[in-house]
Amino acid sequence: MVSLWKIFWVFAKIGAFTIGGGYMMVPAIEAEMRGRGWISEEELPDIVAIAQSAPGLLTVNMSIFAGYKLRGLAGSIAATFGCIIAPFLTILLIALFFSSFRDNPWVMRIFAGVRPVAVGIIAGYCFNLMKKQSRWWQWAISLGSIAAIALLKVSAFWVLLTLIVLSLAISLYRQNRRAGK
Amino acid sequence: MIGLLLELFWSFFLIGLFTVGGGYAVIGIIQSEIVIAKGWISESVFTDILAISQMTPGPVGLNCSTYVGYEVMKNAGASEALACLGSAAASLAVVLPSFLIMLAIVRFYTKFHTNSLFQGVMSTLRPAVAGLVGAAALALMLRFNLGGSGPIVQILTDNFPDWKSWALFAASFAAYVWLKLGPMVLLAAGAVLGLLICA
Repeated sequence: MVSLWKIFWVFAKIGAFTIGGGYMMVPAIEAEMRGRGWISEEELPDIVAIAQSAPGLLTVNMSIFAGYKLRGLAGSIAATFGCIIAPFLTILLIALFFSSFRDNPWVMRIFAGVRPVAVGIIAGYCFNLMKKQSRWWQWAISLGSIAAIALLKVSAFWVLLTLIVLSLAISLYRQNRRAGK
Repeated sequence: MIGLLLELFWSFFLIGLFTVGGGYAVIGIIQSEIVIAKGWISESVFTDILAISQMTPGPVGLNCSTYVGYEVMKNAGASEALACLGSAAASLAVVLPSFLIMLAIVRFYTKFHTNSLFQGVMSTLRPAVAGLVGAAALALMLRFNLGGSGPIVQILTDNFPDWKSWALFAASFAAYVWLKLGPMVLLAAGAVLGLLICA
């Protein structure tokens, strides 16, 4: 049986080396799990698909899933804490020190350059997502939610909730009509 | 202060629950909930957090939550210790819903993701995530006010003080989309250029 410490450390390593989005880490997590024989070849695609579809962050979801497979509830707790410990401590350390550097003129110049780049990346990410859209209703949803959130200041929760209810209603209606024929 | 800590926990629990489609979706939701709706931190502080979250190890969404938790408490005048508690509350809260949901999924080993209803919902949410992220980008550039005396649009001068910042924005957008450069490289380049040209 795999020890809880081992699970914690392996996921701490995965958490520490995830930079950027979770998607870049999928191959690394796969290699780590497969190399240790923790997860079989057939299970992997399922785990990735489930972790991607469930709410939350991909890396964290995969850790919870794999931890559970290894040692049940205790395993998933160990994996989750492992996965978040390094990022948490890094950010905390930066947060503690950054507030006293924020007014330093050199730091201010650095961030004057970094801020527009950060916004540019977010805009680019949005552009990449929208570029793939081919149907009119996809564009309507994207542009509609931009207008609702940025202009009308509607909470993102309401936008998502409304869409979930609407799409459920439409899908159920279609299913019923098909069943009726 | 304890009230704010609980409110922070609840907000991030909801943020975790509604996170569909990865880390950048979290950023969109945090922007809408914490910056716009609650007004707990300013746009420029959030932009700094965004930049730092992308340059440090760990998933962007988690880093961002941890940092925002700290800044929200700090901004409300909390002590250093309480601010650390705020970051712990935010990071645990954002992970908790996934934890509960993933546990339920492995317990019953449901292949919910192949269910047609679920796929229907996901196909409508994907364009919405693009919208969320787009709204976040827009709200970090411009401030919209649909006030009584007609709509007002202002440039967010904290993030975009002059033409140089717009040039950096355009260049990083293009480099991200067409040259496929990663956030790390772009932000590092932004830092160097900031030192050289921004006053």
